[in-house]
Amino acid sequence: MSTLTVTVNGTARTLDVEDRTMLADLLREQLQLTGTHVGCDTSQCGACTVLINGVPAKSCTILAAAVDGAGIVTIEGLADGDRLHPVQKAFREHHALQCGFCTPGMIMMGVDIIARHGSGLTEQTVREELEGNLCRCTGYQNIVSAILAAARQGATS
Amino acid sequence: MSIAMPDLRYHRPATLEEAVDLKRAADEAVYLSGGHTLLPAVKAGLAAPTALIDLRAIPQLGAGVSVSDGMLRISAATTHAAVAASALVLEHIPVLAALAGSIGDVQVRNWGTLGGSLANNDPAADYPAAALALGATIITDRRRCPAEAFFDGLYTTCLEDDEIVVEVSFPVPLSAGYAKFRNPASGFAMAAVFVAQLAGDAVRCAVTGAGDDGVFRWKEAEEALGRDFSAAALDGLEPDASAMLADLHAEPDYRAHLVAVMARRAVSSMGRLTLHG
Repeated sequence: MSTLTVTVNGTARTLDVEDRTMLADLLREQLQLTGTHVGCDTSQCGACTVLINGVPAKSCTILAAAVDGAGIVTIEGLADGDRLHPVQKAFREHHALQCGFCTPGMIMMGVDIIARHGSGLTEQTVREELEGNLCRCTGYQNIVSAILAAARQGATS
Repeated sequence: MSIAMPDLRYHRPATLEEAVDLKRAADEAVYLSGGHTLLPAVKAGLAAPTALIDLRAIPQLGAGVSVSDGMLRISAATTHAAVAASALVLEHIPVLAALAGSIGDVQVRNWGTLGGSLANNDPAADYPAAALALGATIITDRRRCPAEAFFDGLYTTCLEDDEIVVEVSFPVPLSAGYAKFRNPASGFAMAAVFVAQLAGDAVRCAVTGAGDDGVFRWKEAEEALGRDFSAAALDGLEPDASAMLADLHAEPDYRAHLVAVMARRAVSSMGRLTLHG
C-alpha cells in the first residue's frame, strides 16, 4: 500500500492505494467517479482520458502511485453545478454522441485541444489530435464540429 | 473493474544508486518510465514483475534538452511531447522533433519517454531509427554506448539487467529527413527510413518497422547516396526481402518495396517528416 495525496476536481484527498492500482480504477472504484470510462484498457481508445496537472493522459495505463501530488480533473470536474462546461454544452448542441461511451474522454481531450490552440483551431488539427480517442459509433463528424464550435466561442475554462 | 494487475510493489527512487539497489534486491523487478508499453504488457500477462522501479524522479533523467559541442543532448525521461515542443530540438534537429510528435497519440506522447522507447527497442519504434542514423550515443549510469552497439535485435539491447539509460547524445547533422509508412490501425511504422547527412560527407540511412531483426542500417543505400545525394540515386535499390519482417500486415517483398519508397521520400524531403499509409 502507498499513501497518496492528490487533488481531484479541486478537492484535496489523502488516499491509501495498493501499489498496483491504476489511476482509472482509483477514480472509478475508490472515488466513485465513474464518468471516466475504461474501454480497451490498453491505452488505445482514450475513453479513460483525464487531465493530470492540466495535461491529458490515459488513466488506464498510469499507476495511481505515480501521480502522487498531482492535480487531476475528470469529466465530473468540468460542470459548475447544473451549468455545463462550454465543451459539454457544444457536444449536446451538436449531437456529438451516440452511445456516449467515448464521450467523457472526447470532452476531456476537446478541453485540452481548445486550451492549446484557442480560437484559431482548425478542423485538421482537431482530427489529428483526436487520434487517441476512438468512437465505435463512428460519430466523429459531430464531435469535431462540437469542439470547433466550442473553440470559436472561446471555451477555455 | 479493469484488467487485474498482479500484486507488485511500486518504488520511486530519487537517485541512480537507489534504483540499481532496488533492481538487484528483487528477482522480478522491472524499471518503469512512461509505462505505456510496459503496463499494457503486464496487464496482458506478457510480463509479471513483482516490483516496478519508476525512474522519472531521478534528476539526471529529467534534466531535459541541452546543446553543446555540436551535440544535442536529451535526458532519458524526456517525454515525446517535450521533445516535439523543444525549441532546441526544433532549432538543431527539426525532424527529430517531428518524429517525436508522430509517435502514438497526444496522450501517449505526454507519458512515453525517449529512454523507455530506446530500452524497449520495439522493431517498429521511431526513435531507434533516429539514434542509429544520426550516430547517437546512449549514455547509461555506467558507460557510453554507440547506437550501433546498443540495438541488438527485436526488443533487445546491450543494456545489462540493472543498467539505466540516463541520456542520449545526438550529433547535430547537416540535414536529416524521416519518411514513415504507418500501419493504418496501430499507427506504428510498417516501414520508416531516417536519412542523415552528417559532417564530413557521411550519409547514414536507418530503417525501422521492416527488418526481421529490428532497426538496421541500409548500407547499400548509404553508399549510393554518398556518391549522389538524390532520390534518383536509389532507383532500382531495395533491401534484401529475406531480411524483412513478415506478418499479416505486409509480406517481406512488400516491406522491402516500402523501405525503398520511404528512403526516396526521405531524401526528397530533407529537414522534414513525411507520413504515408
